[in-house]
Amino acid sequence: MKTEVNQTCCCDALAPGRRVLRAGNTNCPGCGMSLALHWLGRALPDQPMTLCIPAGCAVVTAGAYPTTAYGVPAVATTFASAAAVAAGIRIVENLNNDPGLTFCFAGDGATYDIGTACISAAAERDEDIIYICYDNEIYGNTGGQRSSATPQNAVTTTTPSGKRRIKKDMMKIIIAHHVPYAATLSLAHTDDFVRKVRQAASVRGFRFLLIHSPCPTGWKSDPEESVELDRLAVSTGLFPLYEVFEGRRFRINVKPDFTPPGEYFSRQGRFPKVIADPELASRHIREEWDHLERMAATFPAD
Amino acid sequence: MRKFCTGNHAAGYVLAAAGEANRNARGCVAGGYPITPQTEIMEFLRGFRFTKGRVQAVESEHSAMAMCIGGSISGARTFTASSSNGLMYMAENVFMAGYCRLPVVLAAVNRTIGPPWNIWVDQGDTLALRDTAWLHFYCESHQEVADTILLAFRVAEDSRILLPAIVAFDGFIISHTSAPVDLPEQADVDRYLPPCHVPHRLDHDRPQMLGAMVTPEDTAAHRLELHEAMERVPAVLEQARDEFREVFGRQPDGAISGYRLEDAETVLVASNSIASTVRGVVDKRRRDGERVGMLKIKLFRPFPRHLIRQALKGAKRVGVIDRNVSLGSGGIFWLEICGALFNTPDLILQDYLTGLGGGDVTPEAVENILEDLLARRKSGEPCWKVKAYERMF
Repeated sequence: MKTEVNQTCCCDALAPGRRVLRAGNTNCPGCGMSLALHWLGRALPDQPMTLCIPAGCAVVTAGAYPTTAYGVPAVATTFASAAAVAAGIRIVENLNNDPGLTFCFAGDGATYDIGTACISAAAERDEDIIYICYDNEIYGNTGGQRSSATPQNAVTTTTPSGKRRIKKDMMKIIIAHHVPYAATLSLAHTDDFVRKVRQAASVRGFRFLLIHSPCPTGWKSDPEESVELDRLAVSTGLFPLYEVFEGRRFRINVKPDFTPPGEYFSRQGRFPKVIADPELASRHIREEWDHLERMAATFPAD
Repeated sequence: MRKFCTGNHAAGYVLAAAGEANRNARGCVAGGYPITPQTEIMEFLRGFRFTKGRVQAVESEHSAMAMCIGGSISGARTFTASSSNGLMYMAENVFMAGYCRLPVVLAAVNRTIGPPWNIWVDQGDTLALRDTAWLHFYCESHQEVADTILLAFRVAEDSRILLPAIVAFDGFIISHTSAPVDLPEQADVDRYLPPCHVPHRLDHDRPQMLGAMVTPEDTAAHRLELHEAMERVPAVLEQARDEFREVFGRQPDGAISGYRLEDAETVLVASNSIASTVRGVVDKRRRDGERVGMLKIKLFRPFPRHLIRQALKGAKRVGVIDRNVSLGSGGIFWLEICGALFNTPDLILQDYLTGLGGGDVTPEAVENILEDLLARRKSGEPCWKVKAYERMF
């Protein structure tokens, strides 16, 4: 098994990028999605890009017509349709040899729940698009209801005594389609983030990037702690950073030190002490990591 | 090219020819999903070798329309086909195509919405989509399907209109029966359809957001713009018909068409293939010396209210045959005609709900309706012609 700890300098990523999301957007302070768009622009400063954005915070943040906070062409699609709209755009752009990349930029509601059939179909057809999910583990735009990405025991407006079931593993679903590239990204590991965006941009076919994206409003956390929470999500092992090629070859990118998850839970109001169960979470983390490490050891990327 | 073919084959052939005609511009794209009785259209399109185009078999009608939306905002000519519950599943994106002014053309083979499941013809599926900012054409025959699809592209993509269009026809009665059809040559389609130009297509040099949030004021203005575009359709359609004659040597029916209406006191209003049956009955009664005529309505959105009022000026009795129903109200064509003929107190206007769920509307059934209408002294509530209901009790 090969693991890589963040060692490379991200000065390359700090080169002036384009502003995908410009000033005047309506995102909350500490929004992970804002940071994700920031780093997306840093990673790909030149290529023409189109964003297909299903219903969610990423539509609202653009502001009201006739203004838009997006610095690139964007389409507000219906909730479950981003992958099919993006596929249609890319098919025509490819027919005309247009340069550039077509992205879906969707929250976990659109990705894990309502749009899953559409995403699965686009992945199976290997449509030439990059699907980015900013996963804040909640229906943020409608005020904080559960999604199937919500972790176990998290309190939301529709799970007032904590969510009973564990978080859906969307990566496993995507990997099962044997798509060219799928990776998880953290806003606390920006060099890894930038490299993965560029890796996705360098291949063709269906590519999937899953970004762990803090939502201070929904998580009841301090906005200034967003990046720190993302760092803890990785170091506790709750959000593994890894990438998968063709659905078969695995690479773990950051080996966590398995900080006790209680540290992560205690900084967020969505995990009240009486409900949070760090013991149970630790057990799940160990089981998931055991599985991931076996996969990476048996089917290594390099 | 004269060919003996099914309605579905004619529709598939013309959709493909229209897509191919855009090969020197941005090409064409379609998303498709099978559903009886439309399936053969998608199969035909999947088998067609486009010079610059792709027909993608997707996982649902919802995504089929989404793919057309993506293709259209990328500047391509776009089309698809569906029926019944497929159209209902597609509905959300049908609205998006209309509201975003994307000139998609949809061949809709009318079929009953289930459950209970029924694959036979009923106009309730497309009529449920009447408020989606799409043009609606209802076709009588195989030839009319072929010709109207070309007219639909021409009008939908016209810069004065830029609205998507539904071209509807009867499941099985037209879709699965064969008739001689004059199918257009590719060179003539190339001549008839100019390159598709979507002025608000994505532009990397001028980033915009399509479908962004709007205020109530801007929403109202947007709806008014759509409505005004709708109101320009009859004139643009007339122009498209004239040019159709120049290229193809025949002129398809327009928004409405009268049959032996000149001195008709009693008029039956019909659409889709029922119009053919009514035509035969009118001929028979005319031979008996009765002053009977027919008004066929082909364009349902925009509803040609003024043309209809004009056409029915001399009528004393009007019977509307509806193979559809808005439950709790009445036949949908009748409802619209009530709106068109408001303030005509002396007119007897009667609705006949018949052939729902694909029941045969035979010449005898039409004659029964005519007898009922002739005997009426005043307008009444919609009249249900349902044999099975009587058997139930």
